[in-house]
Amino acid sequence: MNIIPLFIVLPLTVAFIIPMISRKFIKLPDVLGNLTTLTLVFLSVSVIGKTGVYMIGGWKMPLGINMVIDGLSVLMLVTINVVAFASTLYSVDYMKMYTSKLRYYSLFLLMLTGMNGVVLTGDLFNLYVFLEIASIASYALVGFGCEYDELEAAFKYLVLGIVASSFILFGIAVIYGSVGSLNMAQISEVIKQRGMNNALLFAAALFLMGFGLKAALVPFHAWLPDAHSSAPAPISAMLSGVLIKTLGIYTIIRVVYNIFGISERLSLILMIMGTLSMVIGVLLALGQWDFKRLLAYHSISQVGYVILGIGLGTPLGILGGLFHLINHSVFKALLFLNAGSVEYATGTRQMEEMGGLSEKMPVTATTSLIASMSIAGIPPFNGFWSKLIIIAACIQAGHPVLALLAVIASILTLASFMKVQKYVFFEKLKEKWNDIREVPLLMCVAMVILSVLCVFMGLLLIPAAWNSFLNPAVQVVLEGTGYALRVLGQ
Amino acid sequence: MIGMTLIVKTIAQWIKSFIFLYGVYITLYGHLTPGGGFAGGVIMVCSFILLTLAFGKKKVLSKLSKALASELDSIGSLIFLAIATLGMSIGGVFFGNFIQKNIPGREFALLSAGMIPLCNIAIAIKVGSSLFMVFIILAVLRVVEKEGRLEMIQTEMREDE
Amino acid sequence: MIYALCLILFLIGLYGVLVKKNIIKIVIGLIIMDYAINLFLLLVGYKKNGIPPIISKGDDIAEFARNSVDPLPQALVLTSIVIGLGVIALMVAIAIRLYERNGTFDITKMRRLKG
Repeated sequence: MNIIPLFIVLPLTVAFIIPMISRKFIKLPDVLGNLTTLTLVFLSVSVIGKTGVYMIGGWKMPLGINMVIDGLSVLMLVTINVVAFASTLYSVDYMKMYTSKLRYYSLFLLMLTGMNGVVLTGDLFNLYVFLEIASIASYALVGFGCEYDELEAAFKYLVLGIVASSFILFGIAVIYGSVGSLNMAQISEVIKQRGMNNALLFAAALFLMGFGLKAALVPFHAWLPDAHSSAPAPISAMLSGVLIKTLGIYTIIRVVYNIFGISERLSLILMIMGTLSMVIGVLLALGQWDFKRLLAYHSISQVGYVILGIGLGTPLGILGGLFHLINHSVFKALLFLNAGSVEYATGTRQMEEMGGLSEKMPVTATTSLIASMSIAGIPPFNGFWSKLIIIAACIQAGHPVLALLAVIASILTLASFMKVQKYVFFEKLKEKWNDIREVPLLMCVAMVILSVLCVFMGLLLIPAAWNSFLNPAVQVVLEGTGYALRVLGQ
Repeated sequence: MIGMTLIVKTIAQWIKSFIFLYGVYITLYGHLTPGGGFAGGVIMVCSFILLTLAFGKKKVLSKLSKALASELDSIGSLIFLAIATLGMSIGGVFFGNFIQKNIPGREFALLSAGMIPLCNIAIAIKVGSSLFMVFIILAVLRVVEKEGRLEMIQTEMREDE
Repeated sequence: MIYALCLILFLIGLYGVLVKKNIIKIVIGLIIMDYAINLFLLLVGYKKNGIPPIISKGDDIAEFARNSVDPLPQALVLTSIVIGLGVIALMVAIAIRLYERNGTFDITKMRRLKG
């Protein structure tokens, strides 16, 4: 039980050691950063299947801040740390294009601290503090190379992010005023006894607006295409792969299911927002010719799938939503790393200028093909299983129109990625790309790790693996306000 | 002429020690009176800002260079994390107040409440040096007269870190 | 009542962010929004005829617990002010860099990322 604080202390300590002693050794930030993320991967795999509550400072609940590990936290922890390890491995060579590597690693580890803290905490204001740490580090990382495009994207992202955080703090203040406590378990107890009144409905609306802005749901999606396409490639992979899911979707699940308790109105709102995101995201992505901007619009669409699955409220829907969450983290991170490799080798992001790169860059082309087939939903890759479960859950819950819209969005995604593969990798090689070479070794290793995960994650649905990894997470979401009884009873 | 007039320079030289001492007082008594680490750190760095406004940037940077402020920043937060982890190994719980459990002090005395004054000092060092670096880095633009209209130029953009 | 005035201050800040075209005015709008939320959080802990939450020597503890205002929102507001400081410093630094590249503070001239 004592390793729970290690998830937060370890990246924070290394993030502050790196600027101090790295003036003498040039390679030290790379080594320290990669060692930290590798250690975190091992730590997070070792807590699979355990649950517990840890009280900071020895203060009993509900006086103190506590940290809770349950099935949902373990799922998010493993995803965050695996994608972070692949990103740091990739950025050893990629960040040679930018100026200052040691500040990059410090900010990256601070962002990782914030994300680990958000999934581990059991107190509402502590959630806000860790959310702000992760957000501020990501604002600085988006505008890292100080070219013109990145500064404008960072400014737009900053303004919308601060407005979102203000809404969340307003919601926390309203809840404290009407309930009198900040502990998530105790708030849920009090709401179950008293019932919802107008102040709590106002707080729920504010939370949905604030966390929806962080998760880039429609109509709050305006910052995502600029920010995710102007950031450096490993940061785009982290942002689109894990940040919008931890700060947006995980917090919506905790607040809607475990604190307020799911009701008809909330479920309907989540389903409508999910369907709108799904359809509008893929329609806007059809006309894009910039590789990373196209991937960013597809992120909006896939997040819509996840929210649709979670908003249904049935066990099958929640399983589909959570499984699609971890699948999307892996293959979207892989797609962004591929886009970064193409930019590293050719120097451009416009798809019309590329062509036939598969002869010169075999590793990038193969992994990109695997990731495209995953996102489009072709068997036997992992995207197919999760989309099938979501569509089946829609039909089972009695919404055949939504299932039809999900199938149409999936077909349009397939069309869009066939366009990407054709224009970037499979035509004739143009003259000016005759002397490019494959990207360096560590970047290839990172991409191969993620693509192996893509191929084998469909196996998570076998009952033996399902019981230990996915099923506890689904049970935590289904028990809803039973979360309070479990946490307070310890 | 760099900086302000002679009157401002003389008064700033007399007052800077009192402001710094006031910041130290608010930090050390943080467990008894309002204030604590953050407010004390901000007041401590206000004395440096007063000197910068009165004398100019070069004079102050010769007393407290950017490299030293960056080191103090990291050291402050590492001390805070070290205290928290010591709580885990000695006291058994992360952030546990291990000094208060073993050596309790009298109430309302200066040396009481376990590790809270130590945490206050670490926070004051960190906040002070961070604010100092923010102020120095943002102070690179000056407005000068050029051909009859005002224009902003920048000075000393890329120094060593 | 008092809480409605906090909401009006929040809406004034939001108006500044949405309508104004100068970057500095957008920054000031965000600062006003931050202050409105901090004020609201402090006012939640107020008690009529309350005493400040500082114990001195020789005070009766039960009497103190009945009369003092709530100290927890004050600690929350301290944290929130520090977070706001960090974010505003970052935003002003980005605004200065944008001014160097463009020569103007007008946001209608910075619309290169489209589509």
